[in-house]
Amino acid sequence: MSYLRPLFRHPKLPTNKIGYTKKEYEGALSTLCAGCGHDSISAAIVQACYEMSIEPHHVAKLSGIGCSSKTPTYFLGNSHGFNSVHGRMPSVATGANLANRNLVYFGVSGDGDSASIGMGQFVHVIRRNLNMVYIVMNNGCYGLTKGQDSATADEGSKSKSGSVNPFQAIDLASLAVELGATFVAQSFSGDKQQLVPLIKAAIHHKGFAFINVISPCVTFNNNPGSTKSYDYVREHVEATSTVDFVPEKREIKAYYDEGTDTLVTMHDGSYLHLHKLAKDWDPQNRISAANALQKARAKGEILTGLLYVNTDFKELHETLNTTKQPLNTLTEKELCPGSAALASINAGLR
Amino acid sequence: MSSTINDFVVRFANVNGTGSASANFLFAKAIFRMGIPVTPKNIFPSNIQGLPTWYEVRVSEKGYLGRREGIDLMVCVNPQSMIQDVKSVSPGGYFLYDSTKKLAVEYIRPDVNYLGIPLMEMCNAEFKDPRQRQLFKNIIYVGALAQLLNIEFEVLQELLAEQFIGKEKLIAPNIKSLQLGMNYVQEHFTYPLPIHLERRNLIGERIMIDGNSACGLGALYGGATVCAWYPITPSTSVAEAFENYANELRIDKLTGEKNFAIVQAEDELAAMGMVIGANWNGARSFTATSGPGVSLMNEFLGLAYFAEVPAVLIDVQRTGPSTGMPTRTQQSDIQLAAYASHGDTRHILLLPSTPKECFEMTAQSFDLAEQLQTPVIMLTDLDLGMNDHMSEPFEWDDSYTYNRGKVLTASQLNDIGRFGRYLDTDGDGITYRTYPGTHPTKGAFFTRGTSRDEYATYTEDGAAYKRNMERLMVKWNTAKNMVPSPEIYQKKNQSHLGVIFFGTSTYSAEEAMDQLREEGIFIDALRLKAFPFNQTVDDFIQSHQTVFVIEQNRDAQMRGLLINELQVNPAKLIPVLNYDGMPITAHTIATQISTYLLQTTPQTNELPAAII
Repeated sequence: MSYLRPLFRHPKLPTNKIGYTKKEYEGALSTLCAGCGHDSISAAIVQACYEMSIEPHHVAKLSGIGCSSKTPTYFLGNSHGFNSVHGRMPSVATGANLANRNLVYFGVSGDGDSASIGMGQFVHVIRRNLNMVYIVMNNGCYGLTKGQDSATADEGSKSKSGSVNPFQAIDLASLAVELGATFVAQSFSGDKQQLVPLIKAAIHHKGFAFINVISPCVTFNNNPGSTKSYDYVREHVEATSTVDFVPEKREIKAYYDEGTDTLVTMHDGSYLHLHKLAKDWDPQNRISAANALQKARAKGEILTGLLYVNTDFKELHETLNTTKQPLNTLTEKELCPGSAALASINAGLR
Repeated sequence: MSSTINDFVVRFANVNGTGSASANFLFAKAIFRMGIPVTPKNIFPSNIQGLPTWYEVRVSEKGYLGRREGIDLMVCVNPQSMIQDVKSVSPGGYFLYDSTKKLAVEYIRPDVNYLGIPLMEMCNAEFKDPRQRQLFKNIIYVGALAQLLNIEFEVLQELLAEQFIGKEKLIAPNIKSLQLGMNYVQEHFTYPLPIHLERRNLIGERIMIDGNSACGLGALYGGATVCAWYPITPSTSVAEAFENYANELRIDKLTGEKNFAIVQAEDELAAMGMVIGANWNGARSFTATSGPGVSLMNEFLGLAYFAEVPAVLIDVQRTGPSTGMPTRTQQSDIQLAAYASHGDTRHILLLPSTPKECFEMTAQSFDLAEQLQTPVIMLTDLDLGMNDHMSEPFEWDDSYTYNRGKVLTASQLNDIGRFGRYLDTDGDGITYRTYPGTHPTKGAFFTRGTSRDEYATYTEDGAAYKRNMERLMVKWNTAKNMVPSPEIYQKKNQSHLGVIFFGTSTYSAEEAMDQLREEGIFIDALRLKAFPFNQTVDDFIQSHQTVFVIEQNRDAQMRGLLINELQVNPAKLIPVLNYDGMPITAHTIATQISTYLLQTTPQTNELPAAII
């Protein structure tokens, strides 16, 4: 168990705009290993949802199979969760989203889940630009089955037993950019400062928001020679920018004056404010994002921050032109054409 | 051949991709419009174009709608298959061919009547455009057949007028081509042939439609809002029909917004995942596939069974195993569908026999899936799904409301204490669920494929797991009285012989029973409409000494299911099988049954005067 949360809560815990304390955003106690990066990501999700005053029951959290896919139990206890089958969370999330477009959809997956068995569904959920937040808790190994290499393990990376991975890694962030995901971010589970605003921005993004979070496996992949250990990531991480999420009503004029900053307008009128660290970083340029990722990769570095965002593309419901009213609320009245229409169909078949 | 009116089989041998389908359908539909029972069947290869394809039309005054062996009139427009087409004509039958080229001697059979019409020559004289020459050749032979068989010209005109609404320019060359064919027959042959048609009034209000379209329409009426699918023969037209009907009937005229969502998934796994996600979130959702797709969906079906998520799957069966014969029919997914996925799983099966049942059962399947919170699989087949069938018209009761099953609302959640997602409060094995987003603090639960207790909390406690699995059996038993009951065809004198059939075998089974009765063999019949089997099925088997089980697969899968599920002696269930990819015929059924009875009737090699 990674941490023990005290049962006692201060009676005067601060509340958010809708009157909830952080407690309302927590889930069951984690059963992951002590120090697991995944728990930090869960905590970042809790923080982001609390700060954004999201109604917890308006969130649906879905996952596949694996350590990371267990985490939806550990956050947002008042939300419905669905722990589906290995790698096939994207399709379940797609169906759920089609049924009710008004909820916030969190998909949590792992590198085993998304980069191997689930690769097909990962690719296609991007292609359809499903309106969801898709977080991969990426540790380069299979924790539940005791440490085998995953498809995101870097070539030459050493496992705990000392064996060297001979295969190239699948870089999910590069792939997401290449496939045209409309929001691609990368972060490190140990960098909550960066992760929380990224999650907030992802929630506000109308379309597919992908966050690849390097989240070292403390038990099976936190050893010398691993490229996904805490030490390695801390030494090789390079931020492209830091991000603030700016709700729609806040005054934003002041930011325009700073030459190294960028503002990205979201669909709902809110803004992403990027303090650029990397020279010439333009998060709305897919080609430069792809190039930067490739260059970083060649140097063994991990770029973090908001890598790419495109707010012009239609999300799935808009593409399908489905009714604004959630499909799961429609009744016979809207759905059944009745006997008169049937009589005319019959007549056409004689 | 003796003169037969309204009772014969015509087969068309065409080249795939030459536009013959619409001409052949025009022929069948004209007979239907003349008030005569007719059943057309596509016999098509698994390829795109260029290879042989056949279309078979059975005309039956008595109203038999199963396939019948023997070709009375072969219309051969395909030199590639000509040698086998000549062989397939019944002695005394007719062979209509393109006589632009002289028929080679190897095609000549002394016991066949040849009707040579220079189709290509006539077409070339009339039309310049190569595509037109190809298309209208088909219409010329329809015209010739009209004259030979007595199809009313007015009926053909009327059908063409309906077909080309908005493309009226096409009517004149079609009429011209029909007349070319008719004139040629008038000048060169004695007509009508001894086999021919006479107008009747045997159709009534019946309609003609394929089962897949009926399923698509049933899904629309049943309130499906999400359709996720992946193309596979022979199920593809289910989703396409749903889309066509929905585009017509479910789009807001003012806004253009759709009251439905259709996604062509990347594969069958994703299609099923989407269906489960949508149903979990309270939308009626379905998919359509065939055997290979069901194989891929196994894992998700097991999840839906164990996590208790509704789902509707329409399996239009084709010939397996593996890729099998993709464009031929079979009933061989029975056990796969009944027990899909690992572990102790079992699924509701619905077994429609007619387009009307396809419509009704598809609509009903959404109620059943939501009431029972479990997958419901409709088992049709290529024969029902992709062929046009005469059917009773569809009916809908406007006072009927969808049964959404046990779903708690926010106010209901307020009124109860602790919500237990898997708590059997009613004793029927069916528990209450909530949709995501219902209540701020109550009713949320975690859906998972792993074991959990009554409150949806993960547990590996053996006792909790057993309680859950046993409750699922209670639910299964509840389902027995919710699924459609079998239909019993019991004659006045109850026989010691029984027969069980289902799905498309029904057409030929009914005809076979009539044939056997003429031979003095009386058999009681039961038509299965669903799995699980209810008491009626058990009682029927128990009350007969010998029960034949008719099905279209090698391994007698339904017989196996009956033996597995009911306490019956396997020895009394006798398989009657057909599995060559073609629809089973009455002759096949009657022969297998009478052969069995001959072999088992002691001391004599003759059938007793009456076996009852």
